[in-house]
Parts: sequence; structure tokens; C-alpha cells
Amino acid sequence: MYDFAYHKPSTVAEAVGLLADPDARPISGGQTILPALKHRLDHPSALVDLSGIAELRGIRREGDRIVIGAMARHNEIQNDPAVKAAIPALAWMAGHLGDTQVRNRGTMGGSLANNDPAADYPSAALALGATFVTDRRRIAADDYFQGMFTTALEPGELLTAIEFPIPEKAGYAKMRNPASRYVMTGVFVARGPAGIRVVVNGAGPGVFRQSEMEAALAANWSPDAVASIRQSADGLNGDIHGSAEYRAHLVTVMAKRAILDAG
Amino acid sequence: MPNVSLTVNGQQQSVQVEGRTLLVELLREKLRLTGTHVGCDTSQCGACVVHVDGESVKACTMLAVQADGSTVTTIEGLAAPDGTLHPMQEAFREYHALQCGFCTPGMVMSAVDLVHKHPQGMSEQEIREGLEGNLCRCTGYHNIVKAIAAAQEVMQGRRDALAPAEV
Repeated sequence: MYDFAYHKPSTVAEAVGLLADPDARPISGGQTILPALKHRLDHPSALVDLSGIAELRGIRREGDRIVIGAMARHNEIQNDPAVKAAIPALAWMAGHLGDTQVRNRGTMGGSLANNDPAADYPSAALALGATFVTDRRRIAADDYFQGMFTTALEPGELLTAIEFPIPEKAGYAKMRNPASRYVMTGVFVARGPAGIRVVVNGAGPGVFRQSEMEAALAANWSPDAVASIRQSADGLNGDIHGSAEYRAHLVTVMAKRAILDAG
Repeated sequence: MPNVSLTVNGQQQSVQVEGRTLLVELLREKLRLTGTHVGCDTSQCGACVVHVDGESVKACTMLAVQADGSTVTTIEGLAAPDGTLHPMQEAFREYHALQCGFCTPGMVMSAVDLVHKHPQGMSEQEIREGLEGNLCRCTGYHNIVKAIAAAQEVMQGRRDALAPAEV
């Protein structure tokens, strides 16, 4: 790892000021950026540690939404009574990514700002129609995800919270790589304020909606409705862990399980 | 160079580090607490697990500066000052839950956090799932799981002493 300056601001304004340096990087839980820095994939001038900023923490219900501070850790989300009551599929997701030690450090904001194709949260955010709150604006999930490791966040823009409208039903199922624990293919299904959505993560370069399954579920909310729908393998990821065709097949399997999970 | 002040195994420490110094490097190289191991250095194997403010973390994937102001417990801090082993250490010994021993410090630290997080006790399946962040290449986990199951009975007050292992 190359050396860097280290800053620990106590307010969002102070952090955004420090991040005006184009070579500075924010660090939240560090579970992705530290491994990347060890590989010298990046050479930041400074790391801006967000863990001292109280306004980025906290999980709360506000009317018909769950608001999760960007610095909320996975283990806080998985155990939060408001999240468990309102969106149990999201609590389950938080409790089944990485491992216990990763969940004790990693944050939702860090994961969503990174937008790893094999991450979990992007499918939940897009399926539930989440809103991304930053230091300067609000971004709809439909506009936020822009492909592999790419989001609508501008250089120096800081994600501060994510707002999830509470759905009528939501479910999630995934096949994960047993060694790395990253998602091979996951499907999040939701019926709620954002309509009926079926969102696939892990299989492609970024999250995407499976519109054929969405239409089928609108007519008949059951696993049988999607059982004969085949996802095309075109553009999906293929690697040593599984071919694009395998991941395409998993989309249908995981969609059925997610619908069962949603009930 | 940044200065890090933290409490390690009950002792206040103040150490000069680089920004890039990992917590595990601070523990092993600055404080000479070499019980915490580095296995993979890629946050997969769990040999480096320590407790930071009571939560188990992988010390290879945390900067020393991020632990400023924290309370850290390593494997060296688990036994009582008079040398009496922690029930988890005692159980690992009684149940032969190690072979080469390399993963053991991380296994024990993860196991203690796991028991604290499940005050009602864990089933065998829950123990196995809870160890997903720790890899052992020798014993195949069976005896580790048995040791944790036995230790939780003592740690949570359902037994006064460790149940002897069946031979």
C-alpha cells in the first residue's frame, strides 16, 4: 500500500471540503478500499475517514420510508428492529453478505458508492425504488446505477443516506461463491410504491431489471409465473466461477426463490 | 506521522504509525503482540481477528489510525491476569480444536464474539455459519464447533465447568 495523509473530519461539510482534492478518497468501513489499496490499484493523496461524522450514522423509520445513514454498518442494519419489521428482506441481505467481521466494519453507503457488480445492496435499492441522498442533491435509484463500479455520484460528492420506501412485499435470494462469499447471481423482487420490480445483481456488469418477469408477476404473483422465463446470457459475466449461461440459468432459479421468500 | 492512542489488553498505548499502517502491523510489529496472525492478508481467512470495542474485526483490513481511541483485545488479553484460561481457550484445549494452531487465535476471538452475540446459545448449525469468516486447513472444523458449543454453556452460565470431551 502506498502511504497517504489521513483525515478524520467530524462534519459532512468538512469531509466534502477535504474531498475537493481529486486524489483524496473517502473511507467508510474500508472492507473494499483497503484490499484495493494493498494491491496498489489506487494511489490516493489522502484518505478521508467518515467514521467520526455523527450525521452519517443512524437508522430510522420516517413515515412510509426507512432511512439508513450511509455509515450504518451491515451488522447494525441486520439487527435493526425498524428494518426487520418494515423490510425483512433488506435485513436478511445485510446479515448474509461478507462474513461476521466484514459486517462489523462494512457500511451500506460504502457498498452502494462502490457499486461492485457482485454486491448485494444495489438490487434492493433499485427494486425498492430507493432515493440516494448526497451532500448536494437527491438521486433516484433509476438514475443512480450506471454500470460496473459506476454511479451518478460526481467526483467529491458524498453519499449521506439512503431512503427506502416500505414495500408491501419483498424477497431476496442469491447464489454466492462459497470461497469469496460474493454474489454469483441474486434476485430481489418487490411489490410496493415503485411498482412490481425484479432486479438482478451479480450476474451482469451492473444491476438490471428483468422486465419480462415483472410483467408476469403483475398478472400472477407466484413462482410459477416466472418459472418458464429464460434470461438471455448475452452481456452477462462469465469467469472461472461460472459461465454467463450458468448465471443466466440462476436468474430464473433465484427469482422463484425470491418470490417464495417475499410470500 | 500520525499518533495512535488506544487501549490494548487493558494497557494504554500511544504509538507513532504511518497512515497506511494496518492494525495488525501495529499489534505485531510495534507492540510485539504476535499471537494475532496474518494468514491471507486479504480479509478472507480470519487468522487476524481481534476485538475492537467489543466487536470482532479482521485486523489486516483496518488501519491502525482507524483504531485511535478504541479498546482492543487480542488473544493475549483473553486469559485472566493470573493465567487462568478463558473458557473458550480451555474448551479449545479440552476438545482438541486445533492441529497446527495457526488459525486458532482468530478462531477463538471470533468464537468469543459469536457467543456474546447469541446470549441464548447457538445450535451447531448457527456455530458453523457464524464461523464463515474463519478458515482452518487442518481439523475440518468438527472439534472447533464442539469446543464452541461447550464453551458457550460455561460463558452463559448454564454449566459451572466445561463438559469433558468424549474420548
